[in-house]
Amino acid sequence: MSTTTYREAMRDALAAALRDDDRVFLMGEDVGAYGGCFGVSLGLFEEFGPERIRDTPLSEAAFVGAGIGAALGGMRPIVEIMTVNFSLLALDQIMNNAATLLHMSGGQCNVPIVIRMTTGAGRQLAAQHSHSLEGWYAHIPGLRIVTPATVDDARWMLQTALDDPDPVLLFEHGALYGAEGELTDDLGPVDLDRAAVRRSGTDVSLITYGGTLPTVLAAAEELAGRGIDAEVVDLRTLRPLDDEAILGSVARTHRAVVVDEGWRSGSISAEISARITEGVFYELDAPVGRVCSAEVPMPYARHLEIAALPSVDGILQAVEELGLRG
Amino acid sequence: MSPLDPAHGRHLLEQMLRVRRMEERCAELYTQSKIRGFLHLYVGEEAAATGVIEQLEPEDAVVATYREHGHALLKGTPMTAILAEMYGVAEGCSGGRGGSMHLFDMDHGVYGGNAIVGGGLPVAVGLALADQLAGRPRVTACFFGEGAVAEGEFHESMNLAALWDLPVLFCCENNLYAMGTALARSESETDIAAKAAAYEMPAWPVDAMDVVAVERAAARAVTAVRNGGGPHFLELRTYRFRAHSMFDPERYRDKAEVRTWRERDPIDLLERRLRDEGSLDDAGMAGIEERVASEVDAAVAFAEAGTPEPVETLGRHVTSEPTGGGVR
Repeated sequence: MSTTTYREAMRDALAAALRDDDRVFLMGEDVGAYGGCFGVSLGLFEEFGPERIRDTPLSEAAFVGAGIGAALGGMRPIVEIMTVNFSLLALDQIMNNAATLLHMSGGQCNVPIVIRMTTGAGRQLAAQHSHSLEGWYAHIPGLRIVTPATVDDARWMLQTALDDPDPVLLFEHGALYGAEGELTDDLGPVDLDRAAVRRSGTDVSLITYGGTLPTVLAAAEELAGRGIDAEVVDLRTLRPLDDEAILGSVARTHRAVVVDEGWRSGSISAEISARITEGVFYELDAPVGRVCSAEVPMPYARHLEIAALPSVDGILQAVEELGLRG
Repeated sequence: MSPLDPAHGRHLLEQMLRVRRMEERCAELYTQSKIRGFLHLYVGEEAAATGVIEQLEPEDAVVATYREHGHALLKGTPMTAILAEMYGVAEGCSGGRGGSMHLFDMDHGVYGGNAIVGGGLPVAVGLALADQLAGRPRVTACFFGEGAVAEGEFHESMNLAALWDLPVLFCCENNLYAMGTALARSESETDIAAKAAAYEMPAWPVDAMDVVAVERAAARAVTAVRNGGGPHFLELRTYRFRAHSMFDPERYRDKAEVRTWRERDPIDLLERRLRDEGSLDDAGMAGIEERVASEVDAAVAFAEAGTPEPVETLGRHVTSEPTGGGVR
């Protein structure tokens, strides 16, 4: 075990993949000479050179599509998109090609690409750099959507993603890059089909993923102080959802709050709530609660941004509304 | 103009006729509801794909559009598998999941009909990038219509291919209409080769009603691309004789214009030339037509005898099937 940051863990994962497999290369805007918009790939350009740490023009559709073509051609591209909002410029390639080619070709054209992007708010970057659209992408059959929330997952999820024969979208919450944590050495590839219980508890299941995991863990600590024992489920993968883990936890605790930085309407939190209702309705002691972002484009002003995002207080209130009082 | 090698000339004629007669039969089958969905015919444009693909090697790749029946056939996909795909049966080249617009055949380097205008260009760039990184001397021929030139993906792909010197041959089939919108009504600059040249890649227009001219241009371009000359661009000036799809009432163009272009039917042009040069006689022509007709008949019979995929397999090919071992 050693202490490291999420950013460094991700960089270690990239470097290890590049060292282990000649087919792997990293491509995106400012990944090379600049060192990555968020510093994730800092130093890789010097170690692996411009062929494998490939700076691209500001052409999201073309370089994501080129990644898809390179994957079809036998490579294992890792494509970085600066933020989830910019990925919309490549949506045609992600949806109409990456997610679709395998099916449309009757099983001939699998696309082993990993597309990484920054997601989420919290850095006062306003309404075109701060949204959480991973739930949107989780709507699409043919894609795997993963959301590493811990230093270990940042370090060890990438290899599993690269081993996947199909497209994997990896969402890195911008507020996590600087977060420090304990890194497990030689943990090895993470099973991306499985959610993780980050804190065991018996009174309520707090279900979340990605950037809101630290907020939810803080809320669970606060609840513990009030005599409420919360279980925290980190989904890790939004598609496919680990139904067994979600329903299993709720069947034990009989109460659930889903915490999602996406907007509430038509969100992944709505999907999870529906599955709980469909799967373990008679186990529930209260309606499923949800804590999501306010339905506004993300504002710039600090106090407004904070007000728009899921918070510890918001989670505590949602738990209270389930009829749980310490 | 020096005479064509007679055998090669007859081969080109037969290739174009295979595409023409197959598609004419498809139109009939469509009216009989054997083929459904959209059906976009290439009738009139056959010289473009024939001339280019003639210059490709079996391992070369083709990325095409939703008007790609001819491209797949010419690249080597059996006509049986193409017809079966349009019938939506398991024996189709895409297992019945693609249909007319999405013919795929990895065994012959056919990377699909892409039905998003411009959507195939970035993929072609990526295939070429993989070849460059792997040191393979493969050429990727990317076909698209002039309508794609209005898409951002066209410009992004031109730039990326030229910037990275990638082995792509861009083949713009300029049939003058993006569905029903005439080129001059959609582009401020209608000289498409000039647009490509602005990206610092060799680009020139070709009379694509003349298969020999297309083949000559393609020979030069394919050789250059294969030898590390970076991307090249052919503007293949052609014309679609039939409607955009089977639903198109053709309100946007004059019948007289269509008649004028039909006078330069690429098949008639080559047939006349071969006859003038003494390379083809009535018996030779009848022999070609007979061979093509029996290939089409056999393909239709194959499709008719096809087996529908069981509904139980509906969920297949959304994600890859496990091959065993390793973490998935």
